[in-house]
Amino acid sequence: MLPAGIRWPDISFRWLALLAAVTIGVLIALVGWELYQGSRMAIGQFGPRFLVSSTWNPVTDQYGAWPFIYGTLVSSAIALIIAVPLGVATALYLTELAPMRIRQPVIMVVEMLAAVPSVIFGLWGIFVLIPWLRDHLFVWLKTTLGFLPLFQGPIYGVSMLAGGIVVAIMILPIITSVSREILRSVPNLQREAAYALGATHWEVMRIAVLSYAKRGLFGASVLGLGRALGETMAVTMVIGNRPEVSASLFAPGYTLASVIANEFTEATTDLYLSSLFELGLVLLAVTILVNVIAQLMLRSLAGSGTGKIN
Amino acid sequence: MADLSPPKPIAAGPPAGASSAVPRIPPSIAGGEMEVAFDIAGFSLWYGANQALFDVDIRIPTRAVTAIIGPSGCGKSTFLRALNRMHELTPGTRIAGRLRLFGEDLYAAAIDPVVVRRRVGMVFQKSNPFPTMSIADNVLVGLRLNGVSDRAFLRDRLEASLRMAALWDEVKDHLSRPGISLSGGQQQRLCIARALAVQPEVLLMDEPCSALDPIATAKIEELINELRASFTVIIVTHNMQQAARVSNRTAFFYLGKLVEYDQTRTIFMNPSNSQTEAYVAGRFG
Ligand SMILES: Nc1ncnc2c1ncn2[C@@H]1O[C@H](COP(=O)(O)OP(=O)(O)OP(=O)(O)O)[C@@H](O)[C@H]1O
Ligand SMILES: [Mg+2]
Repeated sequence: MLPAGIRWPDISFRWLALLAAVTIGVLIALVGWELYQGSRMAIGQFGPRFLVSSTWNPVTDQYGAWPFIYGTLVSSAIALIIAVPLGVATALYLTELAPMRIRQPVIMVVEMLAAVPSVIFGLWGIFVLIPWLRDHLFVWLKTTLGFLPLFQGPIYGVSMLAGGIVVAIMILPIITSVSREILRSVPNLQREAAYALGATHWEVMRIAVLSYAKRGLFGASVLGLGRALGETMAVTMVIGNRPEVSASLFAPGYTLASVIANEFTEATTDLYLSSLFELGLVLLAVTILVNVIAQLMLRSLAGSGTGKIN
Repeated sequence: MADLSPPKPIAAGPPAGASSAVPRIPPSIAGGEMEVAFDIAGFSLWYGANQALFDVDIRIPTRAVTAIIGPSGCGKSTFLRALNRMHELTPGTRIAGRLRLFGEDLYAAAIDPVVVRRRVGMVFQKSNPFPTMSIADNVLVGLRLNGVSDRAFLRDRLEASLRMAALWDEVKDHLSRPGISLSGGQQQRLCIARALAVQPEVLLMDEPCSALDPIATAKIEELINELRASFTVIIVTHNMQQAARVSNRTAFFYLGKLVEYDQTRTIFMNPSNSQTEAYVAGRFG
């Protein structure tokens, strides 16, 4: 047996780590429990129908979560469709192509993007992005892709698509920096193997870098998705805040996070308040689910692609 | 060019670690004139401000095995990587001098390094199969990069390459398993098969056996012996016995300079330079 003096730090560190882990678990469980307590009335009143009902009417005291679930999922999906290719491409550029001396400045710019407060993005969205979308991009989309239901209907500016674009900008930094770490972890020997076969730069990225890293990049995207689902302030400023389910991305929408933030103070009836609590519970469940999946994927990445040590 | 005959029994040379180095080179090759693959003159290479190779003059024969030996840091890998312009992947490198392969200047402005690497294949110290690819895909990836898609052709080349790398019998029944499911020695032979599949003119090997056990090493040495008939093989090794067993000619590098280059027999039995003599006798390095 080792002297106590050596074992002590080891043991106490283990207990501290365990304590921290348990505390986090307990906190999440407590939050979940509180949300459940708050939403019991709505759960009793509407049952599982709450999740699929599209009515959100404080006047008649009828509440359903579907427009918000839909808005959250669609705006997050738009955000991912834009941010994943852009983030991975930026990371690829930074690890594989960019000259050394411009790498650090670009990384700094990307990281600064993460430091910009949400509400600033919202303001920028209102005053810069939306007018531009309304007068240019949306018009162009409507004329070229107008045969798709996604790009039909009147253009207001504030819209699901604007919300998705703003969220995309907000999750771009995390996707880029996680992707960059993952691409950097691809062993140089893999790249050299491809170069030695006479591969071009692009072919090396395809056969040696991206295929080696694809699971990790997937994990990075899910991490971004986790962020997108919970994004509140900037989205609520540009998405239009109308609890409607529309096929058109030009139509306004609403997300779980925004409706909770917007309507909490004006919830006049107990059932209204309780329904907002239940929206919070739904958001928590979706977010936890997504993060658990991301963790599992990132963990399985650690065991993949490293080759067999003989 | 594929020699598909079954492998000969394992060469009877002393295993790694035996005390004396006894060259066993076919006398027919050890003597006569040679056809030159690489013709290199006044070749120097710099990493930034650090010069790693100094004025190297060497003519490397085709259809023969040339060993590069020398103490750690003397520039063996650097020299090898200059032969297929792999060093250009390291930023800040610069070269001077002449380097010709079969009379053609590999560093001419019009020559694309990608094409050079297709002609001059490379096997690394640590095996590096592509982990997401099957055994078959690993072997064929180079051909696919070249746009070959004819199935019958690919199948033939797959078998021929794996046979040349003496791996066919061990993997023929599970070609679709991941390349990294193989043992270390098998993975290294898979990498050799991958390099051979594109039919390079030259095969460069940088300490290909240093991570392998004696049996896997013997297999690779035997394979190098087979390749001698149709290829130009250049192998960097720290193992004197290995150099003596597999090579026709040996080049001894020290501090970035080519100190001595001769028939392997001469280098080991009767070197003209005292540093060479000390090195092959294991007195420094
Ligand atoms: N990427 C690099 N950047 C800067 N200097 C380098 C680089 N690679 C090698 N060198 C230098 O070039 C010299 C030769 O290195 P090289 O790797 O060719 O030696 P080596 O003979 O292969 O050694 P070993 O037997 O240890 O593999 C060394 O002094 C080394 O420090
Ligand atoms: Mg080396």
